[in-house]
Amino acid sequence: MSIAVRNLVKMYGDTPAIDDISFDVKTGEILGFLGPNGAGKTTTMKIITCYMPPSSGSVEVDGMNTAEQSLEVRRKIGYLPEMNPLYLDMNVIDYLEYSAQLHGLRGGAVQHRIKEMVHACGLEEVRHKDIGEMSKGYRQRVGLAQSMIHDPEVLILDEPTSGLDPNQIAEIRALIKQLGMAKTVILSTHILSEVQATCDRVLIIHEGKIVANGSPAQLQQEFQGADTITIEIKTAGADPQAAIVPRLKTIAYINGVTLLSHNEGRSIFEVHADKGNDIREALFRTAVSEGWIVLEMHRRVTSLEEVFHKLTTA
Amino acid sequence: MASFTLSNIGPIYRREIRSYFNSPVAYVVIVVFLAIVGWYFSNNLFLMNTASMRIVFELVPLVFLFFVPAVTMRLLAEEKKSGTLELLTTKPVRDVEIVMAKFLAAWTLLGATLAPTLVYLVTLMLLGAPDLGPVVTGYLGLMLTGGVYIAIGIFASSLTENQIVAFLIGMVIILAFFLADKVLLYMPGAIAPTVEYLGIDYHFSNIARGVIDSRDIVYFGSVLGFALMTATASLERRKW
Repeated sequence: MSIAVRNLVKMYGDTPAIDDISFDVKTGEILGFLGPNGAGKTTTMKIITCYMPPSSGSVEVDGMNTAEQSLEVRRKIGYLPEMNPLYLDMNVIDYLEYSAQLHGLRGGAVQHRIKEMVHACGLEEVRHKDIGEMSKGYRQRVGLAQSMIHDPEVLILDEPTSGLDPNQIAEIRALIKQLGMAKTVILSTHILSEVQATCDRVLIIHEGKIVANGSPAQLQQEFQGADTITIEIKTAGADPQAAIVPRLKTIAYINGVTLLSHNEGRSIFEVHADKGNDIREALFRTAVSEGWIVLEMHRRVTSLEEVFHKLTTA
Repeated sequence: MASFTLSNIGPIYRREIRSYFNSPVAYVVIVVFLAIVGWYFSNNLFLMNTASMRIVFELVPLVFLFFVPAVTMRLLAEEKKSGTLELLTTKPVRDVEIVMAKFLAAWTLLGATLAPTLVYLVTLMLLGAPDLGPVVTGYLGLMLTGGVYIAIGIFASSLTENQIVAFLIGMVIILAFFLADKVLLYMPGAIAPTVEYLGIDYHFSNIARGVIDSRDIVYFGSVLGFALMTATASLERRKW
């Protein structure tokens, strides 16, 4: 169940909320939608779920156009909107039954699916409780259960973990990973570790435009700056500034060495190398040949946070 | 928008009914309604010594003026505010089915409110022999008038997220239809017949007299249909 987004534009008045976005999601892929608030994530999702049409451009879900075959597309999609709206006066079972019926399930199929989702989302204990009396974590599970009640092939989740505590976030994330296994999933978030933990591919959007598209590892590599390695060496009596720094500078590709700290015979250096060169091996060999004792060596990798920050604060 | 299936209306209708009767709303509304109508009916019966349903048919359209917008104000406004409407409209359900389901639920509540007033009729039948013809058409007229009010109330509820605003807008529009045939004296002669035709009470009193005229039925049908269409179009505003 693939999704094809082509030249999507949505205008709110004169300002574009999204401005000529195109991307594809392959069957079975989990796509992370990343961007600051107001970047156009929610708008894009509202168009894919047929809540509103685009100003121009098109979305096709499994080859069906969201504008022309809206009902058919909606049948295939499970949607968890931002803020997770729920009927607070209904209990879990009634609400799931309602959702299942709206998706055209009838009779035994309804009860069967409710049972499955209650089990999968860990709702057994609260299944007869009013949703209004439940904690945020449980409500989120109900929202997820609702979105998957008809076993949709596509799952659109708008900030599924916002407002949850770290334990709940981990639970919901595991749930998405487990239940989304055989589905095509688009999830939006501004928590970067979430993307790293759950997504096959990341789309960073900023001011209505796509600014990056690739797997988390690809993006990190692409936006990787100069290699920086922190190394701690036991220097005993030697003066690190005079004895070690000049020797380090002779290693190929190293273009800068700074002494970060020096006390009790241990010195920490920060070593900068030209981009794309892993100099850890050379560092190790030099240390061995000089008889230095390496206590710690750590290569700093550009985090997704840094990539995100770089792309969205231009 | 042309076609809709009953299977999608069912679940939404049942949820609305449950929502009415699981909360105090339905009971408060029914009790207040019966208290007002019962007061006038028994005053009429015991103090004036008139055994007639006429007072009921005169009073109820007036009470509906406040009662119906109170029942319909939450139907769409509440779901808009809580965001559940977004979820509902992304289910494979047509907007017109949502409007129809909510209309039928409120209409059912209206019927449930009117039903206990049949006790008055039974009382009258024990005391004498009321002419049943106008009573039957009177109830038909009340349901039709109530239906039109509900359709207008749903339209008002589709305009805003604020239930109080929905109540006020609904009441003002209903009041305009209610008063239309009562302000004819101040109208230029040329448009007076048109204004009279628009007045809901004019058509209601025709029916309540026991005369079922196709013109009145057409009136109720078209105003009701138009109001529901407008409410549906208003829901679809998000797509503009």
